[in-house]
Amino acid sequence: MAEMMKKATRESYGMALSQLGEEFPQIVVLDADLAEATKTGIFKKKYPKRFVDCGIAEGNMMGVAAGLATCGKIPFATSFAMFATGRAFEQVRNSICYPHLNVKVVGTHAGISVGEDGATHQCLEDIALMRSLPGMTVISPSDHYETVAAVRAAVEHEGPVYLRLSRLAVESFNNSDDYRFELGRGVTLRDGKDVTIIATGLMVSRALEAVKLLEQKGIDARLVNIHTIKPIDRELILKAAGETGKLITVEEHNVIGGLGDAVAAVLSEELPTPLRKIGVNDQFGHSGPAAALLEQFGLCASNIAEVTEEFLKK
Amino acid sequence: MKTELKRKLEIAACKIRMGAVEGVYRAKSGHPGGSLSAAELFAYLYFKELRVDPNHPKEPGRDRFVLSKGHTCPGLYAALALKGYFPETELKKLRQIGAMLQGHPDMKGTPGVDMSTGSLGQGVSAACGMALAGKMDGKDYRVYALLGDGELEEGQVWEASMFAGHHELDNLCLVIDINGLQIDGPTAEVGGPEPVDEKFRAFGFDVQVIDGHSFDEIEKAFEHAKTVKGKPSAILAKTIKGRGVSYMENVAGWHGKAPSDEEYEIAMRELKQTLAGLEAE
Repeated sequence: MAEMMKKATRESYGMALSQLGEEFPQIVVLDADLAEATKTGIFKKKYPKRFVDCGIAEGNMMGVAAGLATCGKIPFATSFAMFATGRAFEQVRNSICYPHLNVKVVGTHAGISVGEDGATHQCLEDIALMRSLPGMTVISPSDHYETVAAVRAAVEHEGPVYLRLSRLAVESFNNSDDYRFELGRGVTLRDGKDVTIIATGLMVSRALEAVKLLEQKGIDARLVNIHTIKPIDRELILKAAGETGKLITVEEHNVIGGLGDAVAAVLSEELPTPLRKIGVNDQFGHSGPAAALLEQFGLCASNIAEVTEEFLKK
Repeated sequence: MKTELKRKLEIAACKIRMGAVEGVYRAKSGHPGGSLSAAELFAYLYFKELRVDPNHPKEPGRDRFVLSKGHTCPGLYAALALKGYFPETELKKLRQIGAMLQGHPDMKGTPGVDMSTGSLGQGVSAACGMALAGKMDGKDYRVYALLGDGELEEGQVWEASMFAGHHELDNLCLVIDINGLQIDGPTAEVGGPEPVDEKFRAFGFDVQVIDGHSFDEIEKAFEHAKTVKGKPSAILAKTIKGRGVSYMENVAGWHGKAPSDEEYEIAMRELKQTLAGLEAE
């Protein structure tokens, strides 16, 4: 069994990179003056010659990564999600995705759980931006083990990848011994027949707690972890819709353009099913401690359980 | 420069101009002005400088060329066709549905194109990445990027220049086609990138200012750039926009416009005359 540990996915990322460095000499890590916060500093320490600090210039960093990729490198271009996907959006689009280069764009500190830095740093649009780009794979891992596996999957996948990571430490719940990560395949964490909760990233652990709260009230909820938002696991979503009827999506992202919309698109095309989206309701965040913010924005177990209960009554 | 080589390059430059005008005319859109101003630079790069082989366009040890001012690809395409990367008949299908040659360079679809470009400023960063990879791998290839002077208004150019200077990328050579005009008029009035030489020097570059239509000066500058150690090079090539076609010269309106039937006839007549003169020498 997995030993319970609390770790931020950004930290797992830094560890995973430094572990994969030997096996994949093509890996080059780029950062934009945030190596301590994004945890690429762990790789830097081990492989200083394969680490490039690009300074506070994210647009250039994406272009440099693209150039490196044309020469056979596997660059991990890392910054806070806001700057990696927002500020450098056009560079990611035109220099990386359009030529379908083997660059891994990594956004740490995604979502409102960045906390005190406030709205300018709380990226709630990155999933929407990245999944709108042709050929881009979008991964949003939920805990330590999944992140480690996701970094390997990103390395082994030929083509652009966006990896969404968080600042806040989260408890590991995936089983370290037999956890298998497959790009594009969701994970059913708990079976259930009354309703399906589909969560991603940091919110999977909250959803897991919510399922336990619902159980106490006699509601048998299924929990699906969608770690790859693009390409999304249509089969698993449709199966859940067919078997449990109502679905709820949970994400630390704007309700517009993220996981919820991706799931809604699958359903509306093939099996129209009632859906509730839990996320940030088209507004900006603000400063505050991460846990308190998550609660205030309804991104906590109690609210997920409450919404689910009400939804089932309708 | 030796007379024979110079004549060969002058002929190549003239043919590049003809190919560019042909493509833009057939497409009924495109960018002739900057394609013509850079014709000598394209000719020198592809027929003297670059260690490239059209039969092996992806050879890892090759020199790289990034057309950061991607809109002037009619000139690049003409050079690539002349070099033998693809048949010259492709030039007549520029910008058409299903054609190999798109309105801005696409590395996935066009042999010989090392980087997809078109969004100004982005090519310089990619060239930095290529140069950095060469350094990391101990390879001796060189990376050239061609920029426009209007393009210098993009902040990314200076992010990339700071990067190139800081990382001492002496295998990188930026060539700036300074024709003094951009879409809205003279660069001096629109965005004011001058003094360009001082700016690049301040970012740690070896800087040379040359006449971008003189092969003697181009050769001297490129040869010197290869001897520079510990810093990237910038060659500031002063040119005339629309060079080679009388009515296009120094007219901002020819930045991105196709000639009419009549204008096309005049342009081709002039260029053919130039070519005949060169071949008769």
